[in-house]
Amino acid sequence: MMAAPGAGDLGGNQNSPPLVLLEGVTKSFPGVVANDRVTLDVRPGEVHALLGENGAGKTTLMNILYGLYRPDAGEIYVKGRKVVIRSPRDAIACGIGMVHQHFKLVYPHTVAENVALGLQGTPFFGPARVVERGLRELGERYNLPVDPKARVWQLSAGEQQRVEILKALYRGADVLILDEPTSVLTPQETGELFKVLARMKEEGHAVVFITHKLDEVMEAADRVTVMRRGKVIDTLPVAETDKASLARMMVGRDVVFRISKAECTPGKEALVLRDLRAVNDRGLPALRGISLTVCRGEIVGIAGVAGNGQRELVEVICGLRRAQGGEVVVLGRPLTNRSPRTVADAGVAHIPEERLRMGIVPGMTVEENLILKKHHRPPFSSGPLLRLAEVRRFAEQAIEEYEIITPSPKTPAKLLSGGNIQKLILARELSGEPGLVVAAHPTYGLDVGATELIRQLLLRQRDAGAGVLLVSEDLEEIVSLADRIAVMFRGEIMGIVEASAAELGEIGLMMAGTRSGMGDPR
Amino acid sequence: MGWEEWLISTIARALAYGTPLLWGTLGEVYAERSGVVNLGVEGMMAIGAFSAFAVAQSTGNPGLGILVAAVAGGGAALIHAFLTVTLRANQYVSGLALTMFGLGLSGLLGRGWEGVPLKHPLPAITVPYLADIPILGPMLFQNQSIITYLGLVLAVVLWVLLYRTRWGITLRSVGESPATADALGVNVYLVRYLAVILGGVLAGVAGGYLSVEYRPSWTEGMTGGMGWIVIALTIFVAWDPVQAIGGAVLFGALYHLSYRLQPWVAPELLKLMPYAAAIIVLAFVGLGGAQRRRGAPGALGVPYARGEK
Repeated sequence: MMAAPGAGDLGGNQNSPPLVLLEGVTKSFPGVVANDRVTLDVRPGEVHALLGENGAGKTTLMNILYGLYRPDAGEIYVKGRKVVIRSPRDAIACGIGMVHQHFKLVYPHTVAENVALGLQGTPFFGPARVVERGLRELGERYNLPVDPKARVWQLSAGEQQRVEILKALYRGADVLILDEPTSVLTPQETGELFKVLARMKEEGHAVVFITHKLDEVMEAADRVTVMRRGKVIDTLPVAETDKASLARMMVGRDVVFRISKAECTPGKEALVLRDLRAVNDRGLPALRGISLTVCRGEIVGIAGVAGNGQRELVEVICGLRRAQGGEVVVLGRPLTNRSPRTVADAGVAHIPEERLRMGIVPGMTVEENLILKKHHRPPFSSGPLLRLAEVRRFAEQAIEEYEIITPSPKTPAKLLSGGNIQKLILARELSGEPGLVVAAHPTYGLDVGATELIRQLLLRQRDAGAGVLLVSEDLEEIVSLADRIAVMFRGEIMGIVEASAAELGEIGLMMAGTRSGMGDPR
Repeated sequence: MGWEEWLISTIARALAYGTPLLWGTLGEVYAERSGVVNLGVEGMMAIGAFSAFAVAQSTGNPGLGILVAAVAGGGAALIHAFLTVTLRANQYVSGLALTMFGLGLSGLLGRGWEGVPLKHPLPAITVPYLADIPILGPMLFQNQSIITYLGLVLAVVLWVLLYRTRWGITLRSVGESPATADALGVNVYLVRYLAVILGGVLAGVAGGYLSVEYRPSWTEGMTGGMGWIVIALTIFVAWDPVQAIGGAVLFGALYHLSYRLQPWVAPELLKLMPYAAAIIVLAFVGLGGAQRRRGAPGALGVPYARGEK
């Protein structure tokens, strides 16, 4: 049916009918139109990038195609035939597979069991064994090696992603949707993923690749569709565009890529860690002897793939997790295993990884959230009573200074957008002139405007003489903000490099477990 | 009595007392494997016990009584499934309500039947040939109930289903990560309904066994807290049907000993024994830490709704 006439040039063949065509798809959630009359065509043998900021509606659109959401209006055609996709089961039957940003895997189960789940046509007894054989074949064909008998929780993020891709291929997916696939990968793993995508293209599959990273579009995609605020701005071949114009379409204005940064003048030690050891929630070692110094007036970035001990490191420093060994010294004071309040009072600001869960009390008002941590001390309280006028004065000042957009100081904090919640947290944490700022993924999931502001605020803290420990999975962010970069792998620091001399390749190798200047640590 | 006889009779009676615990635990293991806690076991057992007795007494057919108990238990579980799966009510509150409901309803309906011995109880069986083996014969194969043996077979069957079949993968995945199962086209709600109903069916049989076999009569509250022991056992056996056999026999022995030791120890103290043991066991499971807790289904107690904003 799918006649592919002539030599298929890059960019998908103009003459071949689209594998998938979305026409006029509209979807509203209370208060927002996530997709506004979106039209998108995906052709066989192409990698089609779906580019846009967070909240542009990319994931919603693909969730509609995969049957997780029902569109309010619009039509879907697969291989020229109009279809109604009510559930993932329908989507799978249409040859559509999706790898979600947060993997949909059953972690205690084996790889084969994960693939066998919900699979038609396997024997009733021992389905996993049959799947194991098929997986080995597929793995070889697409160069996706993974041990079918391994339990998923034991695999690295890259391997887990392979399982997700294999799951879709095993079900005969012609169209594979990848939602932000590189966010959990090292640069090397990203390179390998792109090779797999190229291999899939050769086999006639189509790949839809959701991303907000321009470099990846330029490197891996044949065509790109740019979305902004629920609308498609344009679809065009990658070869006919460049980063600057894509960025302009994505954000709606010109974007500056470089952050201007003053020379770093490190002062006294703000944070000293000596041979720090701790275990994770499962009771397994998460920190295996971390030694690190952050000086006043410098930003030290912690790079690494998620789950290599970054979360535990932040928690131990802030007093939220017990250290099993080693020492934490903040601004000259030993603070190992002291309470979070003691640590905060010593001048440590904590910008936590999970904004809604640890950063704010969602149901409390903006002004109440702004004085948390200091509410029990003058000027905000006298004796057992709060001084509400003082609280209001402080809140209004912070809202103005940090550009927090809120209807009023009395609005529940949970109603604010992600970027404004993060500004609220920074306003609270940075107000007392902290000596040390511990920031975990401070710009994760924020739009370009909020990201720029928050990066500026962190730089301002550095220039004002605070030490900043910046944990992030966004390598670009670390390289542009940090003065020194430490790379964590399996609870150890693989090496520390000067940001000015940092090479992405070297950092990537360390993220995968190669010690700088040494052999493999295992 | 010599100690051998003591041991033999204790184990034989432990099997008998452990039977309702085994059936109840197998049911709760399946319900919880799908991600639904059902604290209504005590209530479903009471309903099963009463309906089995009423049917067996009026028809003279104890087997039919057990069958009706299974249906009644399943029906009671259906209420829990509707509340917690479809309406996404709090599973703990709904389960507690089901226990209260079951105890109250069986007490109300059972008023006229109170204290009458059952005319035709389920006969005890002695397995030919095997019963003659020294020690093992009297321990395991004399004067036991068919339901005891069915329970043992069922435990193995349910284990194979859980770990070796397509259904098992589906059930375990729904309990660990319903969103994953949903994304692969599995009907999460249907799986949970079926697992919870199966749990009720098995709890109903457990109750029926009490009133037509173990103590062939009806008294209000005759389940005597066994449903709560089942909840603790489910955790103790790490949600594993075969391990449930060991757990049920161990607690069956404690129940039996609480009668056996009465000449020497105050009965009030002895009655506490199984419950005190349950507390101790749960404490040890907790202390056992991460390794053991890994058995708990990841989405246990969490209602599932597809992630619409």
